[in-house]
Order: sequence, then C-alpha cells, then structure tokens
Amino acid sequence: MYKRNIYTVTENKKIAKDVFYMILEGDTSYITAPGQFINIEIDGFYLRRPISVCDWDDKTITIIYKVVGQGTQAMADMPAGTKLDILTGLGNGFTVAQDSKTPLVIGGGVGTPPMYALTKELIKQGAKPTVILGFTGKDDVFGEKEFKDLGCDVYITTNDGSYGTKGFVTDVIKNLSGYDYFYTCGPMAMLKAVAQATECSGQLSFEERMGCGFGGCMGCSCKTLTGYKRICTEGPVLLKEEIIW
Amino acid sequence: MVNTKVTLSGWQLDNPVIPASGTFGYGNEFKDFYDINILGSFSFKGTTKEPRFGNPTPRIAETPMGMINSVGLQNPGIHAVIDHELPQLKKFFDKKVVANISGFSIDEYAYCCQLIDKEDQVGIIEVNVSCPNVDHGGMAFGTDAANVAAVTRAVKAVTTKPVYIKLSPNVTDIVPIAKAAEEAGADGLSLINTLLGMRIDLRTGKPVIANTMGGFSGPAIFPVALRMVYQVAKAVKIPVIGMGGVSSAEDVIEMMYAGATAVQVGAANLKNPYVCKEIIENLPKVMERYGIKDLNDIIGKA
Repeated sequence: MYKRNIYTVTENKKIAKDVFYMILEGDTSYITAPGQFINIEIDGFYLRRPISVCDWDDKTITIIYKVVGQGTQAMADMPAGTKLDILTGLGNGFTVAQDSKTPLVIGGGVGTPPMYALTKELIKQGAKPTVILGFTGKDDVFGEKEFKDLGCDVYITTNDGSYGTKGFVTDVIKNLSGYDYFYTCGPMAMLKAVAQATECSGQLSFEERMGCGFGGCMGCSCKTLTGYKRICTEGPVLLKEEIIW
Repeated sequence: MVNTKVTLSGWQLDNPVIPASGTFGYGNEFKDFYDINILGSFSFKGTTKEPRFGNPTPRIAETPMGMINSVGLQNPGIHAVIDHELPQLKKFFDKKVVANISGFSIDEYAYCCQLIDKEDQVGIIEVNVSCPNVDHGGMAFGTDAANVAAVTRAVKAVTTKPVYIKLSPNVTDIVPIAKAAEEAGADGLSLINTLLGMRIDLRTGKPVIANTMGGFSGPAIFPVALRMVYQVAKAVKIPVIGMGGVSSAEDVIEMMYAGATAVQVGAANLKNPYVCKEIIENLPKVMERYGIKDLNDIIGKA
C-alpha cells in the first residue's frame, strides 16, 4: 500500500562527492520493508524522483541520493523546512530469508543506502551479515562507520584503489567463504557480477526510469522467468533465480 | 447546484472526467488511492489481440511540463482482459468503462472489438489508431484518412456499442481524418493521442528512450490538443472526447468550451494519482466561479 503525504526536510547535507543525506519528517506508516522507495515531487519538474529509503522510524525517513541531473540538484539545494509532496510505501522491498544466518550485504555506490535498514533488520532477526561496499574512488565513499557501528564486518572497495581494496566488490567476495545468502543493490553491471560470483541464492534490487512509481504506466517493466514484472511494483527487488540477464 | 452530467452517445456520465488509456491500467493501481466510482468512467489500457510485453526500457523520459513514453502497448491480450481484468474490475467499479482497443491489422481491430462488444461492463469502444510506439500498426492507421475509414467500417460492422476513434495529432491536418472516421460510421472521436517526441541524455549523447522516439504528453501539449479539439468539433457532428495535457478542472472546462463533450486526463494521473479526484471535487466550484450552471451549455461555445 502506498500513500501521498506532505513531508518536511529537517536535514540535507553533503556526505560524499555529489552524494547528499536528507531527513524527512512526516507519516512513515506506509513503509513496511527495507528496500522500498519513495517518489518525490520537485517544484519545476514534471515527474517525481524515485529514491530508496535508507532508514526510517515512526516520524522520519532518511534518504541518501546522488546529484545526477537538474532534479536531484534542486533537491540538493533545498533548505531545512522545505515541504515536499511524496508518495511512500512503494515497491516490494527485501524479504529477510529465514534460513540464512550469515548473509552478504553488498552495496554499490548510491545503491548502498537501502542496505542500511536491511542490515539493521537482519541483525534484529538474528543474522550476522557481512557488508561489502563498492565505490569509484575515495571521494565517493560513505556509510563505512554507520555499518561498522551496527557491529558488522565491513569491506570497502574502490575501482582505483584510493581507499580500501582496489577493484570491485566481487574481488572481496571471491576471498570470502561461509556466507549462505546475499542481498545487493547497485549498478546493473555489479548486480550481474555479484550473481555470477556467488553460488548461493540472493535478492537483487534494480533501477529503471519510471513514470509513476506505483504501477500505473508500465514504464519500468522487465521480463523475468516468473513473468513480466514492473520494477516499481513487483520489484525493485527480484530473486536471483528469476532474473533474465 | 450545478450540473456536471454529460452524455456520450446515449451513455450518461456523472461528470465528464475520464482517466485516459495507458495511465490507469485496468483500475487496480488507483483503487487504493480513492474510490474510483466517483469518476465519469475510465479508459482501460490499450488492449490487443495477443499479449504484448511492449518496448525495451528505458520507456520514459521527462520534458519541461510533460513526459515521453514508449511503453509500446504492453497488455495481457483481449482474452485475459475479458477473463480476468473485467471480472476483477467489477469488484470495485460499478460503472461502465471505455474499452481501448489497438491492433496491427484491420482484422485484429475487428476481432478484439467484436469480443469486447459483448461485455456489459463496456460503455463505449475507443479504437486507438494512433499509438506512436509500435511499428506496422497504431499510428500507421491513424495518419491516413482511407485507413482510418477502413478500420472504422470494419469495427462498426461487428459491434453494437458506440465506437469512438482515437485520433493521432501527428498529421498535417487532423480535420480530413476526423471527417473520414465520421463518414465511415464512427459514433464519436477521441483526441489527441500523444505527439511524437524525443530527448537525448547528455551523459551518453544518445536518445533517452530505448526506441529513440516516444509519445509526448502532459501540460506542455494542452494548447495543441485544445486547438485540434476545436478544429475537429467545428467540422463534425459526432461527439468529441478531448484530451492532451488536462490537469485541472479549469482545463476540463476549457476543453469543453473548445467542443469536447467529455474530457480525458492522462499523464497527470502519473504525477499525481489523486488528480482526477481533485478535478471532480473542484469542478462545481470552478463552474460557479465562472457562472456555469450546466456543463452541457458550454460545449463548443468558444
């Protein structure tokens, strides 16, 4: 179930290169799972901007977004106190796999934020997740401390080796053993590499250009082995076994 | 009290507001936002003989005051619509729908229309000869007067319900095409479908839409749509359903002054899923503001 409400920006700050951290105050009752997203109306732009939920409590939603164009630049310029029209409770989100005790949580760039609330939930449900975060370079890295503060082992990779392990998240995965499941969100090439580098099952969160974000326009459809799915409604999280690469 | 009731070929609607095909699915996605029985009706997702996945993604691009879509008629096919979507719809929608039918040959249009004509839940059939997002069909029919007439005749021969032909704006002059549909027996006309448009992604230097071009809609096209509704309504005697960028009660009234008997709302549903509810609630207030007692009094009075 989804719902439109008005939210107030209470914090909006830069945390890495082109990456911003925003807290929104308002009704959070429609958010039911980590990995869901919200769809934000921005003054002067026709379509809303779909952004994953990083974390939420009973009064606030935290999002982390990257400036990639004029719409997200307008978001970055918003002062505290800005009122926003937002749809919440969108998408299926991650489902905690009950038989997994030692999962991998893998985030790539700005695909990292939804993995935070997921990691909290995994820990709450008794799992011991290992976190791998991949970035382009040192200036892009965020979230390391926050995941460590949850008590997780955290591995950071950068493509150019300017911070953490040089290379890709899969360069860390190949040296790990003992994991029994994975959850991931990030660029398409990373999702594919992760699916190939792991023998276990897992859940992958996808991105697509959307019209409405709630299933009305069929703008973000994809083919899966279990039928046609809308990334905004039956996704963004798909099971490894149903994905057609 | 003002009157918002209008009549399309003998079918009375509580108000002229109809969500447009392709922006409202088969109703499922909107029923949780509000009680959709407040609508005049809605036009269901463009339906073809066979199930279709549609075009590759990205299918969506943003424009100033609008959007481009290249969905490509994704739909479950006419048989699944009759067997599953309409029975499901009956659980939460008491009114009749506008059945939007598309095709890739004259036979296919006739096949689907003949089947949907038997459904009690259908008020009128809206024949889409103007989809810009498919090859060898859709708009290829709608941009040629002789083809529009041929589709209209074929559909009229196998149906009893009112047939409305949905016209393409991607033509030099829409009036001869509208007249061709009327002369071939159309009971009404729907216009406009989307305008063919494109955007380029500056990060790649390539088109945003995977299929290069797509259908441009939203408030940006409203004046073009209004102008075409005006031209067509002046030229034909059959009712016109006006659409193209309609986003407010004011827009609905403007469309009706231009000659529309009912008005469809498209892209605005995707930006604001409550927009039709808000338009319907505002309509009497806006009518009162402009001294309109009965919407029927203003149709074509511009």
